Amino acid sequence: MDNSQVAVIEGHTHDNPALLHHFATEGQQKNAASLGMWLFLAQEVMFFGGLFCAYLVYRHWYYGDFSAASETIAILPGAINTAVLICSSLTVVLAVRAAQLNKRLQLVFWLLATIVLGLAFLGIKAFEYYEKFVEHHIPGVNFSFIEHLPNQPGVMANPHHAEMFFSLYFAMTGMHALHMIIGVGLFGFLAFEAWRGKYTSEYYTPIENSGLYWHFVDIIWIYLFPLIYLIDRHR
Amino acid sequence: MANHSTTEHSTSEHISSIGSSITIWLILLVCTGITVGAAFIDLGPLNTVVALSIATFKATLVVLFFMHVKYTHERLTPLVIVSALFFLGLLLSLSMADFGTRGWH
Repeated sequence: MDNSQVAVIEGHTHDNPALLHHFATEGQQKNAASLGMWLFLAQEVMFFGGLFCAYLVYRHWYYGDFSAASETIAILPGAINTAVLICSSLTVVLAVRAAQLNKRLQLVFWLLATIVLGLAFLGIKAFEYYEKFVEHHIPGVNFSFIEHLPNQPGVMANPHHAEMFFSLYFAMTGMHALHMIIGVGLFGFLAFEAWRGKYTSEYYTPIENSGLYWHFVDIIWIYLFPLIYLIDRHR
Repeated sequence: MANHSTTEHSTSEHISSIGSSITIWLILLVCTGITVGAAFIDLGPLNTVVALSIATFKATLVVLFFMHVKYTHERLTPLVIVSALFFLGLLLSLSMADFGTRGWH
């Protein structure tokens, strides 16, 4: 009796160093890590949800001013950034695939490609912020907004309402950019560890979960792009 | 525990094929183009509906294929996603039910 119980307890200390002692199998450990990541993303949905909710309320109230303010933002850099992020999501998929197939150099390459695309996104974003700075469209003491309402040439947009649009613009894209900066840092760490050979087809949970994070940040931008850049463009 | 070298046949791992990943990537890029194009066509209030529908379609593709949810055997993952969306919907719909119907504004 005693011997068999000892055997069970000893059997619980695994041969695989990547398998933590409180998990029975690698599959269970992976599922637990994945579920934890999805729960984190669920609270991220609520976190960004508050910003989207504020946007929705003010867009409902100040629709004309919001579309006048939205028209001062150039579509092209935003569209390019959307494409850049979609490409970076593909490189993340290819990185996870390389990890699953145990291809270390491919994994490092796709992680670095993701970092390059992430930095390209941030560079274009910085250029857009610079333009807003030059146009005095940054909320604060030097804010100035002199534009007509899109459908009424004689009526000026209310600058305070436009300022609310730009406050939300900077809060939402800024929070998104902060997530991108964290993501780039995370992928830099992963690329370093991958280069050292830490990740194999047996253990690549950090790659997979960081990939989930990156895709989530991409999804936030998929919604931000039409909401911020494309209000009432047909006028 | 045995036979981990053949990951494709192990319990929860799905390895996406390069072909299907590139197909999804192309669909996402085309949808971005359609979103921009549709914004310049006057559809009245439907412009927002079309833009958000395309965005939701794109987000669904990313979740199902890029985030591997279509292939997961973990049943709790869809539950987490659905509950996140449910509470997001609650936040947005109840807030708008309040702010949208205030007479004093």
